[in-house]
Amino acid sequence: MSDQDRVLDSEPAAPASRGLGNLVPPDLRGFAVLAAVMLVAPLAGGYPIFLMKMLCYALFACAFNLLMGYAGLLSFGHAAFLGSAAYLSGQALKVWGMPTPLGLLFGAAVGAVLGLIIGWLAIRRTGVYLTMITLAFGQMLYFFYLQAGFTGGEDGLQGVPRGTLFGLDLGSDLTLYYVVLALFAAGFLLIYRTVHSPFGQILKAIRENEPRTTSLGYDTARFKLLAFVISAALAGLAGAMKTLVLGFATLSDAHWSLSGLVILMTLVGGVGTLMGPIIGAFAIVALEDKISDLGSWLARVTNVEWFASLGESSTIVTGLIFVVCVLAFRRGVVGEIIAWRARGK
Amino acid sequence: MTELFGVPIQALMGQLLLGLVNGSFYAILSLGLAIIFGLLNVVNFAHGAFYMLGAFLAWMGLSYFGLNYWVMLALAPLLVGLFGMVVERLLLRRLYGLDTSYSLLLTFGLTLLVEGMFRSIYGVSGQTFDMPDQLRGATNLGFMIMPNSRAWVVLASLVVCAATWYVIERTRLGSLLRAGTENAALTSAFGVNVPLMVTLTYGFGVALAAFAGVLAAPVVQLSPLMGQHLIITVFAVVVIGGMGSILGSILSGLMLGVVEGFTRVFYAEASSTVVFVIMAIVLLVRPSGLFGRER
Amino acid sequence: MKRINIRAALAVALGSLGLAAGTVHAQKISDDVIRIGLIDDMSGLYADVGGARGVEAIKMAIADAKGQLFGKKIELVVADHQNKADIGASKAREWFDQGGVDMLLGGSNSAVSLAMSKVAAEKHKPFIAIGAASARLTNEDCTPYTVHYAYDTVALGKGTGGALVDAGGKTWYFLTADYAFGASLQNDTSAVIAARGGQVLGSVKHPLNASDFSSFLLQAQASKAQILGLANAGGDTINSIKAANEFGVTKTMKLAGLLMFISDVHSLGLDLTQGMYLTTGFYWDLNEETRAWAKRFFEATHREPTMVQAAYYSATRTFLAAVEAAKTDDADAVMAQMKKAHIHDFFTKDGVIRADGRMVHDMYLMQVKSKAESKYPWDYYKVVKTIPGDQAFTPLAESKCSLVKK
Repeated sequence: MSDQDRVLDSEPAAPASRGLGNLVPPDLRGFAVLAAVMLVAPLAGGYPIFLMKMLCYALFACAFNLLMGYAGLLSFGHAAFLGSAAYLSGQALKVWGMPTPLGLLFGAAVGAVLGLIIGWLAIRRTGVYLTMITLAFGQMLYFFYLQAGFTGGEDGLQGVPRGTLFGLDLGSDLTLYYVVLALFAAGFLLIYRTVHSPFGQILKAIRENEPRTTSLGYDTARFKLLAFVISAALAGLAGAMKTLVLGFATLSDAHWSLSGLVILMTLVGGVGTLMGPIIGAFAIVALEDKISDLGSWLARVTNVEWFASLGESSTIVTGLIFVVCVLAFRRGVVGEIIAWRARGK
Repeated sequence: MTELFGVPIQALMGQLLLGLVNGSFYAILSLGLAIIFGLLNVVNFAHGAFYMLGAFLAWMGLSYFGLNYWVMLALAPLLVGLFGMVVERLLLRRLYGLDTSYSLLLTFGLTLLVEGMFRSIYGVSGQTFDMPDQLRGATNLGFMIMPNSRAWVVLASLVVCAATWYVIERTRLGSLLRAGTENAALTSAFGVNVPLMVTLTYGFGVALAAFAGVLAAPVVQLSPLMGQHLIITVFAVVVIGGMGSILGSILSGLMLGVVEGFTRVFYAEASSTVVFVIMAIVLLVRPSGLFGRER
Repeated sequence: MKRINIRAALAVALGSLGLAAGTVHAQKISDDVIRIGLIDDMSGLYADVGGARGVEAIKMAIADAKGQLFGKKIELVVADHQNKADIGASKAREWFDQGGVDMLLGGSNSAVSLAMSKVAAEKHKPFIAIGAASARLTNEDCTPYTVHYAYDTVALGKGTGGALVDAGGKTWYFLTADYAFGASLQNDTSAVIAARGGQVLGSVKHPLNASDFSSFLLQAQASKAQILGLANAGGDTINSIKAANEFGVTKTMKLAGLLMFISDVHSLGLDLTQGMYLTTGFYWDLNEETRAWAKRFFEATHREPTMVQAAYYSATRTFLAAVEAAKTDDADAVMAQMKKAHIHDFFTKDGVIRADGRMVHDMYLMQVKSKAESKYPWDYYKVVKTIPGDQAFTPLAESKCSLVKK
């Protein structure tokens, strides 16, 4: 992303201030609060399946953000990683009888391998050409899944069993919820560590000014490729998790509209921030779910019948948010908050 | 019955001809995209939506106002072109200093918006567009029966593509356009109103898409999602041809339509992915495209 | 900055929680309501088969049942599955878990219905598949909670397929919608063709809701088969028939619309469809009772009903009658009652729901009238023959359903 729009460096490397004796590093405090809330959410009446869906997409968005926000590479084919892992881990769990923990790891591995291949090919170009390559590969994989026998095509891969994890029966929604939450937290922390490591610093340097980074002696291609692989692996994990939660994998998981949606989630939340994608994902998933209720409510309140049909079309709202965000809200929710706070200092 | 590679020649010719019809659509659409990318450096994701708009305007003109196909063939591109110019002035212009990715995302959002609105009004399944009388009927070519409507599509596309190419490559207006692409600052120093040129160019590019849409209306299922099916393939075509090359996009469009038809005969499952495979190969081996120059 | 981050995180998390919890409070989970859910294709290629007018039919049924049973109100909730199995299954799951839905009605699209039937079985709630065609619902994929009401691919194959083979159409080529429904229809019809001495020369699969059939039709023509079997429905069938006429396929091959509804004939017009055979479980103009009900439907929707829309009404009444007989909306009791019932209404005179969930009733082989034969609006069919229920559907002895004791 260009200089004008570089998000003010997300969470600047703050000194490991022990401040009030708080052991949680400053940048993770936001996450700690979120985690605490999510821990009690289902007990407070939240529908576990819905919450788990939010967590899976949040992980997906965080993984995507690693590539877009920190490495500066816009991938328009990220659904390929999620969808491939969703299908292949589903196949592994249902047909090959793989035990659940292995199935999840398998999903991440599928993502990683695809990330390696597609990433290697994509980074040979830059800018919009890179985006086009990812789009093309995403389409290729989509059409492959459309026609492959094992995916069931339009029918989808259904009836994926949940199995057990270290003795815990995942058939119970509540048990599965805490497993998913733990996995989400692990994935997020991995991203956190990656971002705050020397590797992460070099990625940011590449994003800011690649020629200069090369002149400093770094093999930028290798760093970009590694970023691709990590991002794709976590996206794969998110895909496997999603299959586990819903019990099926379908073509929507590999369709380019999902690639577009994850871009929107990241954009709305705040590109290049740690918490941004999570917030964006929560907001968009909730919106898609509630849009029809919102539509009927608006229709009742204003007596304008058209609102009811608006409710059926999350596409319109998504499109509107996209347009508004790109024009006037490029820093996203968290980005704006950070900027506002920085101005206040 | 003669055979070629184990396939009856009739079947082959038939699919190739159908491929040519598809290729004509690819050619017009990628022409518009190439023009827009060439001058504005904008990847117009909304091209598919403008194509759909053209088709739907033709249908609306017929259903609500009784305006026939031929009238709409001229009117729809005009209206859509005007709409495109408004979009460029109000929305796209704000993104010019930024990364190209933003205009891609903006036009993506526009696509969702436009397609979503039409979808909520008309549903997803097709509307019927009555075939204009002049295009009814078919010609028996021996190896297949070719509906006249499709022959018309090929003819009209070729004419429009050739005319556009001529204007851009051989006229003064076109040379102004090309100058603006090469060096906007210098061109405006010569007194040319570059921003106006940019707006008109975008309008023209999407008008081409709308024209393709009207051509498609009697031939293809008229649905709000009709652009979606096409747009990504057309992107691939433009990349293969060379992002800023006019001739390249026309030739690639036609060529790839035929290649698709060819693939359909021998290995039907691959016909939807063959274009992307070719695109990937081209990007890796000759990044500027088959006919393009490195920007 | 860190504080704001925390506040922001807290706000959003609580907000999302509120939204998630909202799903609990928005709809009553109480058992003081008999809630019927319909998940159908409301805006896509099958929207005319069931769709919004189908909802009217269900509302008519609820109104005719006086809108309540044992003092408990009867409610209807509707959702659009957009022909996506994940949307249908997720909605079904949410409705059963959070929405207090007591019975699910399944609209068109076999893949979505198969997915929903699994969810209903998991949640132990009745699922009545009406719009979907695949016979898998009462064979390999049967469950104790699935009822397949109006028709299925076996009946279509035996009806239309059988009639065409007997009339001399020995060689076939299939144009098949590439998902569960198309595959089922092609398989079941092929079995009938083979049994009656015909031959299938080949087939080609097209994507659901395909935009252009020309290349598929060229392949069909190249096969030189006598009959082109259209193993698709709704918008796909309409577009296939149009394109077949455009490309002159109808000059050399006869079209077999293996699944056609009156809405398709209405959309295409008699010029394009005259003489075509089709199999259906209901026709509005069959007898006095069907005409009487259709008149009410027409007043509400300005169209004559399709088989699916009529079945929505009948199935709803059958379900409510079972609830009344069982004196509870507990799924097992209601399912037991439904399998004991004899359904006698305008839809069928002698309908029976078997152990495998299949509702067996008479089917009709129809032929589309020519323009000259059609005397008034919607006068489209003539009855060629009545196929008794036990001949139309898979015999119980041959059923692949695990619930059937052999």
